[in-house]
Amino acid sequence: MKIIDAAHVFFDYVRRDENDNIEEVSHALSDLSLSIEEGSFVCILGHNGSGKSTFAKLLNGLNLPKEGTVLIAGMDTREEEKLLKIRETAGMVFQNPDNQIIANVVEEDVGFGPENIGVPTEEIWRRVDASLAAVGMQAYRMKSPNRLSGGQKQRVAIAGVMAMKPACIILDEPTAMLDPNGRKDVMATVHELNRKEGMTIVHITHYMEEAVEADRVIVMDGGHVVMDGTPREVFSRVEELRALSLCVPQATELAYELRQAGMPLREGILTREELIEELVPLLRRGRVKEDA
Amino acid sequence: MLRDITIGQYYPVDSPIHRLDPRVKLAGTMVFLISLFVTSGIAAYVLATLWLGTLIYLSRVPFRFITKGLKAILILLIISVSFNLFLTEGRPIFRIGFLTMTWEGLSLAFFMAVRLIYLVIASSLMTLTTTPNQLTDGLEKGLGFLKRFSVPVHEISMMMSIALRFIPILIEETDKIMKAQTARGADFESGNLIQRAKSMVPILVPLFLSAFRRASDLAMAMEARCYHGGEGRTKMKPLRYEKRDRIAYGIMVIYFVLMLCTRFLPF
Repeated sequence: MKIIDAAHVFFDYVRRDENDNIEEVSHALSDLSLSIEEGSFVCILGHNGSGKSTFAKLLNGLNLPKEGTVLIAGMDTREEEKLLKIRETAGMVFQNPDNQIIANVVEEDVGFGPENIGVPTEEIWRRVDASLAAVGMQAYRMKSPNRLSGGQKQRVAIAGVMAMKPACIILDEPTAMLDPNGRKDVMATVHELNRKEGMTIVHITHYMEEAVEADRVIVMDGGHVVMDGTPREVFSRVEELRALSLCVPQATELAYELRQAGMPLREGILTREELIEELVPLLRRGRVKEDA
Repeated sequence: MLRDITIGQYYPVDSPIHRLDPRVKLAGTMVFLISLFVTSGIAAYVLATLWLGTLIYLSRVPFRFITKGLKAILILLIISVSFNLFLTEGRPIFRIGFLTMTWEGLSLAFFMAVRLIYLVIASSLMTLTTTPNQLTDGLEKGLGFLKRFSVPVHEISMMMSIALRFIPILIEETDKIMKAQTARGADFESGNLIQRAKSMVPILVPLFLSAFRRASDLAMAMEARCYHGGEGRTKMKPLRYEKRDRIAYGIMVIYFVLMLCTRFLPF
């Protein structure tokens, strides 16, 4: 089943001067069509201004499309009475961990979402316990968010979304402000939610390494989808990605350069392990030749 | 300097005081403050000191945390004490130039200082033992009757709790901006008062900018989590009076009556 279905979506940012006259219109999205299957892990890539964050905000009605429709589990985001249900279905985690935590104690923040949608008290406690367990933050439940690291704060934010029992979580560059360890923790958490709870994940990022393990990678540029496929398919198009000023994962890049230099490596190498697997026999053969 | 303000700094331990209903603590603080200002005399202050000391002991908050808030009122304290010392009519102790220190002034200044210090300690104790969320919950429920006069009680309490959450973040940010400006040669230490005030401008502008950006981000995050005002909202930690809260109210009444009784004592 399709959890997200966007058809021919247009979205503009309009800047107005003091007299409400239109000063500038920038087309953030133009004729974007995209659908995402339930239970999949989708990564959206693109450099700054490619429209990926704008798209994310369309998915739970924070932005409304100028033209076209966005359906979340069959609900149109433009129908105001369904807005709360849509936001309950498609939870969102933002970039800055400090600016999305509302409460002064971790567990109270996780309970904020369920409180808003009118969940009874006992059920809130059950959900808070389950969500904190799912992101591995039970030990910190009584702590102040100010005493947590960036990665931990981001996991609390994910727990806060989880507690609303969404079918889908949209993460808008959740790792952009984190150190490598925090990034690893957050990614591990997100992958686990996808595997264990069958949660649909839409992960927006500009770290290519994070996209390697996704089921599907979508590359956006200038408000369009320019590439769409498995990580292997997308990352084998190295020149095209470079033209969009995006890089590819390190291992892929090295394999690409080696192939350009004449080494017979296969296309679509994504991880270090795969590269080693390919390189070792080649190098062995080379040494045998030299010895002979 | 800014870090010394303890208001909004919850001290997380488990104690009988922490477990009390926030409405009890709010009412208790009010009762204590009123009791300080309707009484005078040694007996009343001894009683108030004992009362405050017991509460601090029960709260298991280290004493240095409680007195931290006092630094912020130090200047106010000095001013009010010296005004009382020198500008009260009565039997003179000694005079410096046109200033005369009097016995009456001395006792007035002393009691004034004690009142101010206890006032700050009592309110610090309340905020140290109550999470800001509980505090605003307490205010929301305690002042709930104002809703009938179309006072937006829920919105005000939500704003307060968010403001409290962002105090430490903004303090940290101020610190960061100050360091960044100092690194580029800004001078906040020297010059007279006006020059110093002027040198604050390059701190305030970026601070306000970032505060607005944070506010806009936070509003979006709240909306994304289905926040739509107080209507139809349930509570994770609803306020319900327990037995201990009723006992606390009882003790509070006894304390207040005792305080009032000290007025009839000769000293």
